Amino acid sequence: MHEWALAEAVIAAAAEAAEKERLKEITEVWIKVGELQQVELDILEFALSQLKTDKFKNAKFKIATAKAELQCRVCGHKWVFNKETLDKDAAEAIHFVPEVAHTYIKCPKCGSPDFEIIEGRGVWLESIKGAK
Amino acid sequence: MVDPRVSIIDERMRDIRKVIAVSSGKGGVGKSLIASILGLTLAKKGYKVGLFDLDFTSPSTHIILGIEGVQPKEDKGIIPPKVHGLEYMSIVYYSRDQATPLRGADVSNALIELLSITKWGKLDFLVLDMPPGIGDATLDLIRLIKKAEFLIVTTPSQLAFETVKKLASLLNGLRVPIVGVVENMKMNQSETIRQQTQKLGLTYLSGIPYDPNIEKTIGKTNRLLDTRFAKKVEQIVPSL
Ligand SMILES: Nc1ncnc2c1ncn2[C@@H]1O[C@H](COP(=O)(O)OP(=O)(O)OP(=O)(O)O)[C@@H](O)[C@H]1O
Ligand SMILES: [Mg+2]
Ligand SMILES: [Zn+2]
Repeated sequence: MHEWALAEAVIAAAAEAAEKERLKEITEVWIKVGELQQVELDILEFALSQLKTDKFKNAKFKIATAKAELQCRVCGHKWVFNKETLDKDAAEAIHFVPEVAHTYIKCPKCGSPDFEIIEGRGVWLESIKGAK
Repeated sequence: MVDPRVSIIDERMRDIRKVIAVSSGKGGVGKSLIASILGLTLAKKGYKVGLFDLDFTSPSTHIILGIEGVQPKEDKGIIPPKVHGLEYMSIVYYSRDQATPLRGADVSNALIELLSITKWGKLDFLVLDMPPGIGDATLDLIRLIKKAEFLIVTTPSQLAFETVKKLASLLNGLRVPIVGVVENMKMNQSETIRQQTQKLGLTYLSGIPYDPNIEKTIGKTNRLLDTRFAKKVEQIVPSL
């Protein structure tokens, strides 16, 4: 349920962006969610709908997901994060703090925990649309 | 693309009166021990206190405080559990105390994540146990927590004090408040560090003697508070 905290951040960031662009009203909020964090999209959407302020009253939240791509810094191997390869506790820990992936995931080729999360880590605000 | 997490951090820190970052230029000078005992001392005095271990790759405060088998609660965010009177937060809840090798960008990311999802509520003091050096955690703290104040720890060694000068000059340049300097592991009555601290225009908060018995009290909060070390840490409180 910490999706609520992330949703709050999205609303705050979108409101800030609207302020910068001098938008009176926000009509669309584009969000990208990386699979590493295993965010529950239903909960995120529900939280967004509950948290939205006046400025967002007609806003549509468009959520796209991105595969989590990892690359080993030692041998260069690239792979896609798959939750099913982890036990429940490890997956849950990564859900809260994606960086602990370095505790539970190793490069499938050489066994190193020194990999880069190239894409698909967590929640990003991609863009907003609105009216001045 | 905007990282939305940064936008909520001010809100998360809103009801915290003071944020004290226990930091140092050199490692192994006693930050974790001082941060832990300072947290306990403030809590014992009746303040509402949080302790956040920001040394993600080598967390220690859970060992010093003997914290085991607790996890945060989830309620539209993360609520740190209360242990020994402290609202206690550490990455060990998620790393299960296993090795967590992190590069600089990962340290930043983990810090931003935890700052944006942790709900401290109302606190008089949030004590931060910093990793050594002037690295990602220090820079992020300065960038993200506007109300952070630094408590700098040194030993009597000139090697440690040289790093105090560097850290202090960085913080002064950025107009980040410095609570003062604590001299730890004193072996004699030398006044050198006190004088040098005052020459920098900083407050000398306390001189803590080297105490060979401190090791036996690690993990036992009552005994930790009974040490001379703790008495000397208590001297810091009026300056906070
Ligand atoms: N006054 C003291 N007397 C005796 N031992 C001490 C004293 N202060 C600290 N120590 C010991 O020195 C070691 C380092 O202390 P501590 O871990 O608190 O330092 P630190 O600055 O947090 O280190 P790091 O930079 O690695 O985070 C520990 O074993 C601790 O018990
Ligand atoms: Mg330490
Ligand atoms: Zn590899």
